[in-house]
Amino acid sequence: MIINHPLLGPRDASEFVYLGDASLMNRPNPKSETAAEDFHAYMYLRDNPPGEHRELWFHEQGDRSWLIVTRNTLTHEITKVELARSSKGLIT
Amino acid sequence: MRYNALQILRQGLTGHKGWKPAWRKADPKPEYDIIIVGGGGHGLATAHYLAKTFKHHKVAVLEKGWIGGGNVGRNTTIIRSNYMLHENEGFYEFSLKLWENQERELNYNSMVSQRGIINLYHSDPQRDAYVRRGNAMALNGADPVLLDQAALRKMCPFLNFDNARFPIKGGLMQPRGGTVRHDAVAWGYARSADQQGVDIIENCEVTGFIINDGICSGVETSRGQIKASKIGVAVAGSSSRVMSMAGMRLPMESHVLQAFVSEGLKPLIPGVITYGAGHFYVSQSDKGGLVFGGDIDGYNSYAQRGNLPVVEDVCEGGVSLMPMIGKARLLRMWGGIMDMSMDGSPIIDKTHIDGLYFNGGWCYGGFKATPASGYCFAQLIATDMPHETAKHYRMDRFSRGLMIDEKGQGAQPNLH
Repeated sequence: MIINHPLLGPRDASEFVYLGDASLMNRPNPKSETAAEDFHAYMYLRDNPPGEHRELWFHEQGDRSWLIVTRNTLTHEITKVELARSSKGLIT
Repeated sequence: MRYNALQILRQGLTGHKGWKPAWRKADPKPEYDIIIVGGGGHGLATAHYLAKTFKHHKVAVLEKGWIGGGNVGRNTTIIRSNYMLHENEGFYEFSLKLWENQERELNYNSMVSQRGIINLYHSDPQRDAYVRRGNAMALNGADPVLLDQAALRKMCPFLNFDNARFPIKGGLMQPRGGTVRHDAVAWGYARSADQQGVDIIENCEVTGFIINDGICSGVETSRGQIKASKIGVAVAGSSSRVMSMAGMRLPMESHVLQAFVSEGLKPLIPGVITYGAGHFYVSQSDKGGLVFGGDIDGYNSYAQRGNLPVVEDVCEGGVSLMPMIGKARLLRMWGGIMDMSMDGSPIIDKTHIDGLYFNGGWCYGGFKATPASGYCFAQLIATDMPHETAKHYRMDRFSRGLMIDEKGQGAQPNLH
């Protein structure tokens, strides 16, 4: 797989480390009344969809930026790559 | 029809015209007592034990494609019970005991071959860790044997013992481990279940669950609605997509694992060997091909095929372990979808929906678990009580802090 890095251009996926679903960027509020359940869901439960998946890749062998890659888990086709730090607010 | 020597003789003398299909092509009935979703190894084993041990004969196995076309036909065929944590070891030892009696139980030649498995160690600390694991195995009745380098040299003279970076110092062996003809496992369970009245319904995809007031009373399928008071789901890599139809999110991700077969070679590798310094495991099939594999690719996938960096990594591991295979040609490679759980261990449990049971999260260790998974899942569905060896495989263990994490990696599925 080739990941089209927004700053560095096309890079081989083996330069990256995979973390998982991009919703991991949304930490729950620890002060919420439902914090225990929220953190359980955040930490352990995943949508794990067949099809389009927004996910976090870390460019460890490169510029060490975090990317949000939109990739189809049925075909491995990558349709969108963005810098995680430029994504605005919460991801749904 | 029972299979035996007399039958072979009789069929041989009559032109092999009397063999019957090993199972019927069943059409769905409107209602069963129990439905098993997923006609893989675990689902078929569950149906077999439901009928044979727990005397439930109004059972259907629903499979969206053909039986045995998923992971039970895609793995590297290894059986073993060399785990360390007691929550796992008792279960896998139970499974190995069932393997040892499987051919008699099923009247089917699944070619269970206890040729032994050796985990290599490359340093003193790694040896100590294996001693500890061996002791944990022994506590659960398994058969660990610690091999020093001299003993290992006798068994496997071809290994790269004097590698400068990762010298091979010995291995932890389990003589009762080995390999099984994986397709025959699916066919053997299917045939046995079928003979006891279970309907095996292929090309029947589950498209929804019928759930009212927290009670599941059947499934919608591509071949119409089917009712049942109990429904068990055993669909491995498709767990998340199937259980999402019941509104559930699971503690797992689906990942692709690749496996490989070389061209046929003369008999070379006595049993199963796993590399302790890289991720590589290998055995030799009865046809002579080296059957080997390594790590998962590491990203969510439902594609049943992987990418080249892992191919390279696996082959590097193999060649560094036994340089002599460097000139063997790769014949085939393929991928399967693993239900990677958050702690690397499986789930066999009821769900919060009455009548709906779940079996999954096998990561890439599902094949060796097939008989025990089927037995324990059948017991849970039939009696609503977990089997003694599977009682820790609960759905809620993540919220209760009771993870079963052999490698201590935490909630990162691609590291298990």
